[in-house]
Amino acid sequence: MHPLLTEETGKTVLLLGNEAIVRGALEAGVAFATTYPGTPSSEIAENFFRITQESELYFEYSTNEKVALETAAGAAVSGIRSICSMKHVGLNVAADPLMTLAYVGVRSGLVIVTADDPSMFSSQNEQDSRYYARFSSLPMLEPSSVQEAKEMTREAFRISEELELPVLLRTSTRLSHARGTVTLGPLVVPQTHGRFEKESSRFVTVPSVARTRHKVLLDQTEKAKEMSSQSDLNRLDGTGSYGIATSGMAYSYVQDALKDLNMEGRVQLLKLGFSFPLPETLALEFIRSTQKILVVEELEPLLEDGLKALAQTHGLTTPIAGKRPDLFSRLYEFHPGLVRDVVARFFDIDYTPPQPVDVTEGTDPIPLPIRPPNLCAGCPHRASYYAVNSVLAEMETEAVFPTDIGCYTLGLLPPLQTADFVICMGSSVSSAAGISKATGKTVIAFVGDSTFFHSGITGLVNAVHNQHRFVLIILDNGTTAMTGHQPHPGVSLTPKGWDKPTVSIEAIVRACGVDDVAVVNPINLGKMKAAVRQAVSSKALSVILAKAPCPLYERRILGSKPKRKFVVGPECNTDCTMCVDSFGCPALYRNTDPDAETTMTIDQHLCIGCGVCIQICNKIRPKKG
Amino acid sequence: MAEYRVYLAGVGGQGTLLATKILAEAAIQAGHHTVASEVHGMAQRGGIVESTVLVGDVGSPIISNGEADVLLGFEPLETYRAMVKCSKDSVVISNNVPVMPFSVAIGKSRYPDISTLFDLIRKQVRQLNTLNAQALAIEAGTALSANIAMLGALARSQILPIPKEAFQETIRNKIREQFVDTNLAAFELGYTAS
Repeated sequence: MHPLLTEETGKTVLLLGNEAIVRGALEAGVAFATTYPGTPSSEIAENFFRITQESELYFEYSTNEKVALETAAGAAVSGIRSICSMKHVGLNVAADPLMTLAYVGVRSGLVIVTADDPSMFSSQNEQDSRYYARFSSLPMLEPSSVQEAKEMTREAFRISEELELPVLLRTSTRLSHARGTVTLGPLVVPQTHGRFEKESSRFVTVPSVARTRHKVLLDQTEKAKEMSSQSDLNRLDGTGSYGIATSGMAYSYVQDALKDLNMEGRVQLLKLGFSFPLPETLALEFIRSTQKILVVEELEPLLEDGLKALAQTHGLTTPIAGKRPDLFSRLYEFHPGLVRDVVARFFDIDYTPPQPVDVTEGTDPIPLPIRPPNLCAGCPHRASYYAVNSVLAEMETEAVFPTDIGCYTLGLLPPLQTADFVICMGSSVSSAAGISKATGKTVIAFVGDSTFFHSGITGLVNAVHNQHRFVLIILDNGTTAMTGHQPHPGVSLTPKGWDKPTVSIEAIVRACGVDDVAVVNPINLGKMKAAVRQAVSSKALSVILAKAPCPLYERRILGSKPKRKFVVGPECNTDCTMCVDSFGCPALYRNTDPDAETTMTIDQHLCIGCGVCIQICNKIRPKKG
Repeated sequence: MAEYRVYLAGVGGQGTLLATKILAEAAIQAGHHTVASEVHGMAQRGGIVESTVLVGDVGSPIISNGEADVLLGFEPLETYRAMVKCSKDSVVISNNVPVMPFSVAIGKSRYPDISTLFDLIRKQVRQLNTLNAQALAIEAGTALSANIAMLGALARSQILPIPKEAFQETIRNKIREQFVDTNLAAFELGYTAS
């Protein structure tokens, strides 16, 4: 049985923040879950997917976040409790349905989980999703611990049903990927079958309806404000004339800081879990009973601005500070030491911070080689990039490389260096159009298979219709590899229990109106190069579908082991380093031992026997025996 | 009770995250409040993997600079790189087997001399223990259990209020059945080697 389905109420278990969210949803009787995967939210979906195999829960990997939210909204207006999870930038994609779904609301609970990534551990920006609560006028909950992640997910469903509005649950990398103890509550048997009751004066947002519904939304927001003022998720802790207001993971840093600085009895702590709408009654009591207030929130000064506005409205002049050059920054994730320092400085507490050791003391700094992530040994993307670089060199042509979001963004690094522009999912295709039109240069864009389904198709239709000329290489490795091998509509190699039809990328590309289409396995370098040569020479828009499975995924699904391995022959004893200078497979390394017999070595643990390197250098050969 | 902060640093593929989970579960098994966290966006692709386990009366799952009680380093260069997490009171336990960064493999940079790195570390902290976790793991049956050999060394140091049995119990309960014996052997070898 899936561990999150255990009926052992009252048991305490160690869960990942994302697992706690799933358990909270199950304890609320969730019946319908959708997602588009993205770090740090992906484990939510992975657990739902596994749970569907043992329960009545419906779960899907949708093609993108907009589709995921609309699908979940459809279920929720039909009376089924639903959840939709995504990473923070995914909410941008889903923002269109979000803004108007807020007008029409839902009939059964709908919780939208958005996972922020302060410090950008695995994202292209660190936008603050709390803006979306204000933008859409929807309630938002912000858990501060793994236990709260579970409790607040369950509570979010209750609030959603009481207000008939979707509720946003905001997590962050540090919470989603934290492990903490959680006490389990009872599971609720979900209602899995719904009914759509027609009500066009509510659900069909022609302007006359939208005008009425906007007013309904604002009325509900007022109600939400009362609820947040009375909610147990918001509270005033401690006593004293100093005030600290906080929400989300910052709360745990504040708590530790107050203990470390022995500030108990001097500080009132406004802890917000139901953080939007701001609980005005509670916040006013807090402002009135303190003499100076520090707001501890990661990223944007939203709580700070809210408290300042509230104070101004009520003629209060209590100093309120948060984001200031000498206090907190709008940049990056906080950490306990930082919060402790700022709290001590702001309230003038005497304190000596711990001293990190300096290992360079008394010696010249040792240059430390960096360790960036790299495309894996045997990754077919490397073969595609190598083929592109070789053909461009041979044709003495320079190209611009718009790329996209996935493992293949790692083509950025030397020696491949096949990434020049990336801003968001799907941008490779559309930005290629703009760059080629503006410059007239050769433009080769790269997009992954899952990303193509997510938001590459519209850009391709646009490119056909507006007669843009560039080469689009779809790197089809048969899975959403970067986020942990989730399936997508084009998969053929599928996880156990998967029985969904496959949508052909090639057929879509042709149906978009692209005439110049090649389907190649990039592991065959000769064929891949021929396809690239043809496409670069072509005066038309061309698409190359470079199709070869992700070897990690293949191994995971099929349990297959490498059938062969490769070694360098004894003639590899010159100063030629072409293989690492142009191809850069991590299994190939340069021997540093001066007594080594060969210049290069192939690491037999890393080599998966893809055989691309033997097509590059004739000193490499299959390993015997 | 006191608080204990363990910082784990390694390279994608070394099993640091499983070690993190086992350590956290063992701490709970021993009856302590425990939080852990991990950053693994690019872990599978040979990047640096960092994680934390905090035991005792503490809420934040992050360890700020100078605040680690123990640094468990799965790779010498990454142990050295993570030293900013340590204070002079810290204990460092490090694997001594390098995993070559790509820039070194292609000859663009040099891997620093490991004994120099360890000497510099030893000068700054309360204690440095090093071990060849890979050799111990191979002796136990598979190189993949090097992460558990590291936990054996951690258990032996007795810095954390977690008895050896709590680790063994957790390994029995949380590791897939067919790998339990090998991992228990690796744990024991790590325990006795250090």
